[in-house]
Amino acid sequence: MAVKRKASLATRINKRLTNKSFWRGVTAVAGFFALWQVSCMGALPFMSAIPTPVEVAHAFWKFVFDPKYWAGWRDSSLRVFYGFVAAQILGIPLGLGMGWNRNFKNLTFPVFELLRPIPPLAWVPVSILFWPTNELSIAFITFIGAFFTIVVNVLGGVGSIKKELVYSAVSFGASPSQVFWRVVLPATIPSIATGMMVGIGITWNVVIAAEMIAGNTGLGRLTWEAYLAGYTPGIIVGMISIGLAGYVSSGLVKWVSELLMPWKRIF
Amino acid sequence: MSASNTAPVCRAADGALSIRDVTKIYDPEGVHVVALEHCSLEIAAGEFVAVVGPSGCGKSTLLNIMAGFDYVTHGEILLDGAPLATPDTRPRPGSDRVVVFQHGALFPWKTVLENVTYGPVVQKQLDQAAADQRAREMLARVGLSNIEKSYPGQLSSGMQRRVEIIRALINDPKVLLLDEPFRAMDTVTKSASHEYLLELYNATGKTIFFITHDLEEAIFLADKVAVMTTRPGHIKLAISVDLPRPRNYRMLATQQFLDLKSQLVEAVHEEAVKAFQAGEREMA
Repeated sequence: MAVKRKASLATRINKRLTNKSFWRGVTAVAGFFALWQVSCMGALPFMSAIPTPVEVAHAFWKFVFDPKYWAGWRDSSLRVFYGFVAAQILGIPLGLGMGWNRNFKNLTFPVFELLRPIPPLAWVPVSILFWPTNELSIAFITFIGAFFTIVVNVLGGVGSIKKELVYSAVSFGASPSQVFWRVVLPATIPSIATGMMVGIGITWNVVIAAEMIAGNTGLGRLTWEAYLAGYTPGIIVGMISIGLAGYVSSGLVKWVSELLMPWKRIF
Repeated sequence: MSASNTAPVCRAADGALSIRDVTKIYDPEGVHVVALEHCSLEIAAGEFVAVVGPSGCGKSTLLNIMAGFDYVTHGEILLDGAPLATPDTRPRPGSDRVVVFQHGALFPWKTVLENVTYGPVVQKQLDQAAADQRAREMLARVGLSNIEKSYPGQLSSGMQRRVEIIRALINDPKVLLLDEPFRAMDTVTKSASHEYLLELYNATGKTIFFITHDLEEAIFLADKVAVMTTRPGHIKLAISVDLPRPRNYRMLATQQFLDLKSQLVEAVHEEAVKAFQAGEREMA
């Protein structure tokens, strides 16, 4: 029952290097790149339009020294951040409110359900018309991507709280507001974490597409411009960058949710 | 087994329950399910009463009404002479009757210590520091000090139930309501939990209302075993268990125990058959 302490960095690295599944993973990634290289070099005719990993690596090296590339990272990340955070700030209370109060749910849920099936990208035209700047309209579309997901998750989370937990709290003398803050809210945190995890993935999908349509900057725009210029290694660099950005963001979200739930480790 | 199970048994002065002609009808305008009908039972202060009966006979309904989670349709329940549940009063849960549930209801996001202190802190009876101290004393007395920083998810089901009973007792309730708390346990954990519960019962003398399916468990623990009929449920008979306290597992093999058991098996079996046939009728 002792509290687990974190092993030192050296032991952790050592553990990694002697772990079979780690090496299987390394082999898989290396194999993927090897297969890609070989198939582009003429093994598979339909792959001839795709640049080889070596070409992509060269392109990557060029991008690393291009400030425009890093500006793309910054702009896309900021849009995701603003949209995602706004979605949590508005979505979590809305979901909790709908789950906690039947009248509030009756009033809000029908409208919510009408708007929810509209894909984020269908909001692009109206968003451009409504918001004064392009920046705001892209952030808004990103917000839409994460908002509905978090609300649905929180609402489901409140609905699936074990009734015994609420019963216990009430029989110990908790008032309705104490039940809300001390039982409903913490019991919903795992659902909030799931909603955030799904939502962060959606925001990256959405921000890239929105940038391709409406943006002047960002990783999505960068990829699109490489395509317009016929610079295929640049397209692949853009794609990989988006993948990395999404990976890092999910890692951050996972880290935050683990901080919120010391009693539980998700995923 | 620690010393307290051999100490003389004390009985609390209050916590007498009087269940008078209680009827509970779910959905009176619609399906009209009569869960309890003319159900009466007297429980003395400090008495340990076990209630047995077929599944769906209304045992848990009765417990929920006493706990203040549900309305009573007719009849009334008194606690120490004061009305606890009547058709005209809004059900009101309270820390004088704490429930321990079958599947457990420890807050998974709180440590053992935080769980145990929840009641006194939320009622503002004690501040956090004083509650911590009191909880530590209680956990220490039952040998659970080493787990105060653990989360419930890290504990075995037996441990969880122990913590839950302590969490209930720290509120100094008049009545403990236990809804099949040991149902899902393996035999070894179950018998350890029995001894643990008896130890606490002997030490505190609280009135205990204990629901179970397990006849041996009922006889071993209780002063009185009440058999409930199949739905609509009422108390068919109540058998006094005059096995001496403190109890120990050797009593399970005595003739007295076996006689009580065969008496109960007879009564419960009859109801089980009725319940089974009623179930078949509902299916048809």
